[in-house]
Amino acid sequence: MLILTCPVCGVTAEETEFHGGGEAHLKRHGPGSSDENFEEYLFMRENPRGVHFERWRHVYGCGKWFHAARCTTTLEVFGTYPAQTYEPPKDLLAKISKKRPGWAWRDLA
Amino acid sequence: MSTRLNSGGRLLDKARPVPFSFNGNTFSGFAGDTLASALLANDQLLVGRSFKYHRPRGVVASGVEEPNGLVNMGEGASFEPNQRITTTELFDGLKAESQNHWPSLEFDVGAINSKLARFLPAGFYYKMFMYPRAFWKHVYEPFIRQSAGLGKAPTETDGDSYEHFYHFCDLLIIGGGVAGLQAARTAAKSGARVTVLEQTAHWGGRAVVDGGAVDGQPVTEYVDGLVAELGAMENVTLRTRTMGAGVYDHGYVLGYENLRDHTPDAPGPRHRLWRIRAGHVITATGAIERPLSFAGNDVPGVLLASAIRDYAVNYGVSVGKRTVVVTNNDDGYRTALALLEAGQSVPAILDARDDVEGSSLARRASDSGITVIPGHAVAKVKGGKRVEGVSVCRQNGSGDVVQEIACEAIAMSGGWSPVVHLWSHCGGKLTWDAEQACFRPDPERAPTGDAGQSFVTVAGAANGNFELADILEDADAAARTAAKAIGHTIRKSKSPKAEREEVAPLAPVWLMPANAGIELRSKAWLDYQNDVKVSDIQLAAQEGFESVEHAKRYTTLGMATDQGKLSNINGLAILSDALDRPIPQTGTTTFRPPYTPISMGAIGGEARGDVFQPLRRTPMHDWHDDHGADWEPVGHWRRPYAFVRDGERVKDAVYREVSNTRENLGLLDASTLGKLIVKGPDAPKFLDMMYTNMMSTLKPGKCRYGLMCSENGFLIDDGVVARIDEDTFLCHTTTGGAERIHQHMEEWLQTEWWDWQVYVANVTEQYAQVAVVGPNARKVLEKLGGMDVSKEALGFMEWADGEIGGFKARVYRISFSGELSYEIAVDAGHGLAFWEALMDAGKEFGVMPYGTECLHIMRAEKGFIMIGDETDGTVIPQDLGLSWAISKKKEDFLGKRAQERRHMADPKRWKLVGLETLSGAVIPDGAYAIGSGKNANGQKNVIGRVTSTYYSPTLDMGIAMGLVLEGPDRMGEVIEFPGTEGATFKARIVDPVFYDREGEKQNV
Repeated sequence: MLILTCPVCGVTAEETEFHGGGEAHLKRHGPGSSDENFEEYLFMRENPRGVHFERWRHVYGCGKWFHAARCTTTLEVFGTYPAQTYEPPKDLLAKISKKRPGWAWRDLA
Repeated sequence: MSTRLNSGGRLLDKARPVPFSFNGNTFSGFAGDTLASALLANDQLLVGRSFKYHRPRGVVASGVEEPNGLVNMGEGASFEPNQRITTTELFDGLKAESQNHWPSLEFDVGAINSKLARFLPAGFYYKMFMYPRAFWKHVYEPFIRQSAGLGKAPTETDGDSYEHFYHFCDLLIIGGGVAGLQAARTAAKSGARVTVLEQTAHWGGRAVVDGGAVDGQPVTEYVDGLVAELGAMENVTLRTRTMGAGVYDHGYVLGYENLRDHTPDAPGPRHRLWRIRAGHVITATGAIERPLSFAGNDVPGVLLASAIRDYAVNYGVSVGKRTVVVTNNDDGYRTALALLEAGQSVPAILDARDDVEGSSLARRASDSGITVIPGHAVAKVKGGKRVEGVSVCRQNGSGDVVQEIACEAIAMSGGWSPVVHLWSHCGGKLTWDAEQACFRPDPERAPTGDAGQSFVTVAGAANGNFELADILEDADAAARTAAKAIGHTIRKSKSPKAEREEVAPLAPVWLMPANAGIELRSKAWLDYQNDVKVSDIQLAAQEGFESVEHAKRYTTLGMATDQGKLSNINGLAILSDALDRPIPQTGTTTFRPPYTPISMGAIGGEARGDVFQPLRRTPMHDWHDDHGADWEPVGHWRRPYAFVRDGERVKDAVYREVSNTRENLGLLDASTLGKLIVKGPDAPKFLDMMYTNMMSTLKPGKCRYGLMCSENGFLIDDGVVARIDEDTFLCHTTTGGAERIHQHMEEWLQTEWWDWQVYVANVTEQYAQVAVVGPNARKVLEKLGGMDVSKEALGFMEWADGEIGGFKARVYRISFSGELSYEIAVDAGHGLAFWEALMDAGKEFGVMPYGTECLHIMRAEKGFIMIGDETDGTVIPQDLGLSWAISKKKEDFLGKRAQERRHMADPKRWKLVGLETLSGAVIPDGAYAIGSGKNANGQKNVIGRVTSTYYSPTLDMGIAMGLVLEGPDRMGEVIEFPGTEGATFKARIVDPVFYDREGEKQNV
């Protein structure tokens, strides 16, 4: 059972207080989008062995969604940040690069 | 025979005899015995029959690793199967029965399987039970059910109570042997909060049996001193009878405390599940001795050498007057010496090693007059239900017997395997220690915590240290590592010193003798509990099951309740040998929690019966209960299915409620319907995205029925939306959907359109809502008085605020029944009074409350869909004839793009129709319609299915709705629905609206 820190209310809590919400930073494709783009948006997900960016909701707390950068093999949590963004904070990316040189995830590295 | 000795028994209170029964026979043991030691003291060597071959089996071990000694315990509400006799503490009146035998333990018919063993090889089930198919049901299954299975299932509800316990500490130490205690003392001096869990009832582990001295003091006294010192420290928590069951992510650990299995009459919970969050964990879990693989190593009387020592020292029990020791390492000699000291005889020690010169223990054994025979092994055990002797051969041969020795017991030692389970649960990796022939934790690859730090340290025998001096040193070092990891410092101090034995190196022996033929190999057991032999693993390898995980599943090695504690390493060594590759390359199977089985009761804890989950009650709940409510769970709510009168059957109550509501007046408690306030300048825009309909054009004061789809295009919820003012909407959801839809809205607002100014509040429980339904609905409201509810003032699909009968109310003119209907929301606190006022005023109009089944029938008569009946997560609104509720004007809404996908726009999708049976009967729910022809699998083609089906009291016939291939284009056609037991229902495809097609009744 993971320990996560909600970046919105600042509480560090057990995983049971949160709810996972799948991959972070998906770009929505709506009406007018190509079949390829829509398929990518609706169905295609990263399943990495290593660094991953996920969505979580502090469901039994402040109720806010946030993002977490986490290693899927060692369970290390590199950091969490509010969901109202299109990309992870720069300092978090730098921290991951230091701990996992050569990492890559979608367009990030 | 096995007997109680006059000496020994450090755990016994010989002044307190304890009577107990086994298979109906009454025996006597002493306080402090385990069931196993007490049975051995009464010469009950035979304790069970094996799983597959029904071979006679006796106790092999003295602890949690025991594979054979499993019994049914207790009776009635305290009955439990598969209880391990080596860990069951004896108590007055204990009742146990051996398992897996028929008709009796002494004479078992299934033992014929042993004679048929060569027809029951590894993978037997997979190979034999394929064909012919008909044999499955009539031959194979009854055979397997009769002969397989351990223990009986309890027939009564568990009469005991259980609890969960939350615990937080800086350092958790699992294992209360000398390593765990030593580590605890070293770490506790730093001031850290330290908790020590010990699975047995006693501290000290093996050290107190094996002896030795620490700083000149006998180790038993040293352990007593440690426990006393730790017990006096405020920052230390000590718990016996509490097993570290599993280590999980980020320092989460489950402990399993046995509170009163040993004192069943004591008050309080039986087991307690500790849910621990630890800053750091030390696993001081010790090691388990490995059996040796020789022919007949499962005959009762063949035990682990350490177990024979435990029974002699701890319980004053001798398994046999004459015991032959067979070993490949020095530790076996400890048993020989302990037996001599207990006055028993050891005719020989067979040591598979050629050279034992360097061993101080071997020298001591020789000096005591024991015959040590190096380079020799067991060819075969003589005896059936008990050991009668042993045939001796050279280890490096194929089993030619050089001599025979009569004996009553055999003590075997194949070396020690560290208990690495808890280290491994959360990703800790192992390394192969070739010298000691064991896997031990690799400190470079420890389980990692939230910051990437190692959060488990291993100490003592669990770390591959088997000498007391090394164990103490290692425990001290582990404590320092752990303390540093949690930010505590320990001042330098001297580690305790123990004497060292001179040790001769162990010789890995995986098969005895080394070149044993098939005759011997097929009697050399690896997994006692699942009856897996050396020959089975070799066969699996030969048949291509080369991965250790595949070989495990093919042979069932290590898959029994002991999870291979004795068999894993021996099995994978045999596999490696068969594949001619090194052991580390074969690797181990995965270690998964719990370490030993824990009770289902402990996992459930307090969450059972009334407190299993919270129950949601409407303000009128108790009134319903007092008026015959037949309750139905809907989410966490309870809703009345019907209000049943005295002498009435439930279905008669339902039909009465339907008729009365259609003819007079019905009241429905609709408080459970979800009510979400959506408010803000961007609320209209937001709801246009959430619903398929156009909500932004809705005028204040008006209501509109709306559909909600997921981004996949599937229908997820429906309900009436009322516009309160320019930037406020009240959205009704289904009863089960309130929280889900609230979260759905929040998700999109927070993660996609976070710049839109909208708030969503779930006010479901703030209001009590009553549906006032039927031709007399207006009359009762007018009688109560307060606001104008006439057609002119409050038309269909309008709402208004006002007062009714003195209650502040919001009235919606909406209908889910097709009748004249008002849904009236009042403050939750006034709900009951309002309901009673309506019941009172409604008397002269024939008022009756109605339940959910009446609601369902009435909506089906009107062809209204129900989320969860007509929808199942694969249905889009277009399937349900709801295209009228999908805006063509909007550029975007959730699900719009998905509904344009090819499969969604396919004209061959099944579509909603009404179904009218020709006979008037009711089609079974979920029935499938069959068409002409067959599919690729030779099955009849399916062309539709029933989604809702009822007897309609209004129409006096069976009505149904269903999704049918090209249904709307096939009006009037008759299709067939096969039922069960050969019945067939013929139904005509009709319009789904069965009642008042023009909607005249609701619009008056």
